[in-house]
Amino acid sequence: MLEPWIFIALLLGAGMLLPGVTIVANWLLAPKKPNPIKQSIYECGIETVGETYIQLKGGYYIYALIFVVFDIEAVFMFPWAVAFDKLQLYMVMEGVIFILILAAGLAYAWRKGVLEWV
Amino acid sequence: MIPLSWYILVSAALFSIGIYGALARRNALAILMAIELMLNAVNLNLVAFWRYLTPNVVAGKVFVLVVFAVAASEVAVGLALIISIYRRRHTIAVEEIDMMKW
Amino acid sequence: MDWQDFLSVLPFIIVAGWATILLLVDLWIPANRKGITAGLAVLGLIAAIAAVISRFGIEREAFDGMIIVDGFSSFLQLLFLGVGVIAIAQAYDYLRRRDIERGEYYILLLYSLSGMLLMASAGDLIVVFLAVELLSIPLYVLAAFAIPKADSEESALKYFLLGAFASGFLVYGIALVFGSTGTTALSGMVAAIESAETTPILLLVGSGMILVGLGFKVAAVPFHMWTPDVYQGAPTSVTSFMAVGAKAGGFAALLRIFISALPGAAVMWMPLTMWIAALTMAWGNIAAISQTNIKRMLAYSSIAHAGYIFMALPAAATPEVAPEAVRAALFYLVTYAITNLGAWGVVLAMEKAEGSGLEIEDYSGLGKKRPALALAMALFMLSLTGIPPTVGFMGKFYLFQVVIDANLIWLALVGVVTSLISAYYYLRVIVVMYMRDGEPEVRSEALLNSTIFITAFGTFFFGILPGFLLKMINQVSLLDLFR
Repeated sequence: MLEPWIFIALLLGAGMLLPGVTIVANWLLAPKKPNPIKQSIYECGIETVGETYIQLKGGYYIYALIFVVFDIEAVFMFPWAVAFDKLQLYMVMEGVIFILILAAGLAYAWRKGVLEWV
Repeated sequence: MIPLSWYILVSAALFSIGIYGALARRNALAILMAIELMLNAVNLNLVAFWRYLTPNVVAGKVFVLVVFAVAASEVAVGLALIISIYRRRHTIAVEEIDMMKW
Repeated sequence: MDWQDFLSVLPFIIVAGWATILLLVDLWIPANRKGITAGLAVLGLIAAIAAVISRFGIEREAFDGMIIVDGFSSFLQLLFLGVGVIAIAQAYDYLRRRDIERGEYYILLLYSLSGMLLMASAGDLIVVFLAVELLSIPLYVLAAFAIPKADSEESALKYFLLGAFASGFLVYGIALVFGSTGTTALSGMVAAIESAETTPILLLVGSGMILVGLGFKVAAVPFHMWTPDVYQGAPTSVTSFMAVGAKAGGFAALLRIFISALPGAAVMWMPLTMWIAALTMAWGNIAAISQTNIKRMLAYSSIAHAGYIFMALPAAATPEVAPEAVRAALFYLVTYAITNLGAWGVVLAMEKAEGSGLEIEDYSGLGKKRPALALAMALFMLSLTGIPPTVGFMGKFYLFQVVIDANLIWLALVGVVTSLISAYYYLRVIVVMYMRDGEPEVRSEALLNSTIFITAFGTFFFGILPGFLLKMINQVSLLDLFR
């Protein structure tokens, strides 16, 4: 009963130990010569401008909503793909029709201009 | 092995929390999240029943997928509705969207 | 599994597939010619009607019992498709008048209809859940169709939140029934209950929760709170479709689940449904009296009518009466659909462009200005009350008789008394139309007028000669399949 848990505990310990050792070793061995340019947020790249807490545009939300739906519909694709070589012809066709319906939805959203980043 | 009744109890607790949230919260988004919690309680129930009672029949598993997909489309419609209301009124507190008497 | 299975769901495939095709076609139809979309949508519905009629009388299970095709499903599918055609005809001019004409309206309506069609032939609780959602989700969007109008927004939000809440209950109930009987197939549940291989407590809670979930959908007391607000706020053409279609869809599921799949558990749900029926009739009719807005009044009236149809469930708990109870419920659904579509049609004709003209007072003088329209409205009000020679009388007569046959005399008495109460507010509309003076502003649109004419004719015709309808309903054999 307990054996699998011991195994999990061992794995957990090993999983913590390995990155921990490298991080600590890095901190101990690395030379420390700080200067302002090194400590800036982006060593290379442009400085940030303005507040961090800004509102995003509405177009983004609609994009996200469409993503939510398509993301979840993929759940039906997995069993279909896993059993693909055992399927009969009409089952394959059903899957194709399912994808076509999703494509119709995508085409609708595209034509309505939802996919453009406004 | 953990007995089936534990799963049913956890699921019932989740469902009750969902009901409480849906009835007590004022923010439409929070209500939506509470309703999702209710649906997830159902999923837990379905998977547990499938595993313990009918592991050889696929119906229970498939039902979970269907509930997932339907919940997602419901959420998408609901969020779209809430966004369009928020854009105009700058509030989604349900007691403020109450011109008609309940 | 063979190609016959696909033929069994042909009406559903036609409507859902046509909606998806139209969704794309509509993108290239210019905004001022959306009448084309409406026409194409009606064509699809006619094709589906032809598909149902050509296979009328066939009884079979398809997709391993997921789909049941029988007289019950075919009859209800015809009803839904007819409601769909009338709903599109009613919406066309109304949408232009309110300046919310968009092709998506008809497409969403088709999607919702496809959910109803699926519901009528659902043979598995998974399909029931899927159909409920397919029916409801487009309706949430339709209720929001007049956004940015504030009342449409509010109506849609309330409908969505309470509808989603209710489907949570429904699906939890389904999960518990699955846990109790070990199957989601309706036919399998009958066998499981008969052989007593169930967990009674799960079955009790589960069927109770299914009752709550579907009770929300059909607007039965005490789950009716959303109805008046949603019906009032939604665009009137949507309300008309919602009041008839969604309710009939909910009852299709209730009858199928409780009468054909759970007759063995009748002891559990019989008292519940009895009280729901009595409360719904009483509260719907009493609350309707104080309404001054015609949309709210008709909303409470639709709650009350849900109560009348609900009476069929406790009556069907007596096995000998069950087939007759199903038929009475179907007959009542048809009378309700015809009469209500007509009454909402008159409301549509009276509504002004800016959404006013919805008070009962606005109807004063209608009898003088538009005698035909007033006569039609009077007919619908008489039918809703249940006064001969209208179809509403036949429906109530049939239903009360079944309830008395099942030895539920007090329930039938509640029905009769509440019908008498309802006469007060229905007849008040007639009094206002004929006895008061006023200058009502009425629309005269060809499509709308023809729907009012057709429904008024139906109300009168089936009221004096119900034989045709009864003959068709008598072929309905919901129960034979599982015996």
